[in-house]
Amino acid sequence: MQLGLGFAVRFKIFISLKEGVLDPQGKAVERSLHSLGYQEVQGVRMGKYIEVNLDLASRQEAEARIREMCERLLANPVIEDYRFEIEDEKPSAASKNRAES
Amino acid sequence: MRWGVIVFPGSCDDQDVYDCLKHVLGQKVEFVWHRDNLQADFDCLVLPGGFSYGDYLRAGAVARFSPIMRGVVEYASRGGLVVGICNGFQILCEAGLLPGVLTRNASLQFVCRHVYLRLEETDTPFTCAGKKGQVLKLPVKHGEGCYYADPTTLERLRQNRQILFRYVDAKGRTSAAANPNGSLDDIAGVCNEGRNVFGMMPHPEDATEKILGSDDGLKIFSSIAAAGKEREKGARVG
Repeated sequence: MQLGLGFAVRFKIFISLKEGVLDPQGKAVERSLHSLGYQEVQGVRMGKYIEVNLDLASRQEAEARIREMCERLLANPVIEDYRFEIEDEKPSAASKNRAES
Repeated sequence: MRWGVIVFPGSCDDQDVYDCLKHVLGQKVEFVWHRDNLQADFDCLVLPGGFSYGDYLRAGAVARFSPIMRGVVEYASRGGLVVGICNGFQILCEAGLLPGVLTRNASLQFVCRHVYLRLEETDTPFTCAGKKGQVLKLPVKHGEGCYYADPTTLERLRQNRQILFRYVDAKGRTSAAANPNGSLDDIAGVCNEGRNVFGMMPHPEDATEKILGSDDGLKIFSSIAAAGKEREKGARVG
């Protein structure tokens, strides 16, 4: 694996509890919204949001690495699902330099 | 018998386990820093309670990648005895040495009180000195002790009799009120299929002398000590 080779992006990772897994925090927030008068609320689930910046050779490689990070550390597959989005995809300094030379 | 107590940054019950083993039970015990290499000739490793790495991300999730854990996984795979208490239980689950996961207490409250546990199985090194159905009184002190496993895993735990302790009332009956954290099936402690790795949320090391309110925790350590003696008669692990 080579670093800094052109695909510098920010990944936005969303981690959510699997269906059926108890979410006491979500329940508490739901109750609180009800008590504020938002009776239309029919369920709240809490999750985590993580941003990871990285720079790799290709989008394919970056996505594979992010998937691995999610499965090994960022999410616990017993109770959590994850998905990710890519923000502001742009050539990194390394690839710009390469293009100029 | 030689015990190792693994110390992570943020462990806080390591001294209690050490004190109980050394001064109450007269065992040979030493601390093992999480960055050190694991010597092979321990007879039992204890992962103590605490808040390793501040419980960041998920309780136990970061400690599970501490350098020592490679050795712990290898030690367990050779049949070595491993006990995780509270945060130690969370770490063993995150490391995949035990099934399931510990999540936020259903009440969202940190619970700190004595609870009653029913000893469910005695054919393990951790419970062999007890009687099936026996009720122990031990303290809990945790915010993330709600045990969860998917339905398939839970069924396998039941079939293999891996659930070693359940939360009960003083008379040994399960109930919502007796369950301090909302754990699935009132599970307080489980072992792996090989019956050499065990985790529990309550703290046996804090119930080792009558003056502490209970000495029922000795049942667990004396089980392990007895099992360790049996093992010493045979070949040493390693």
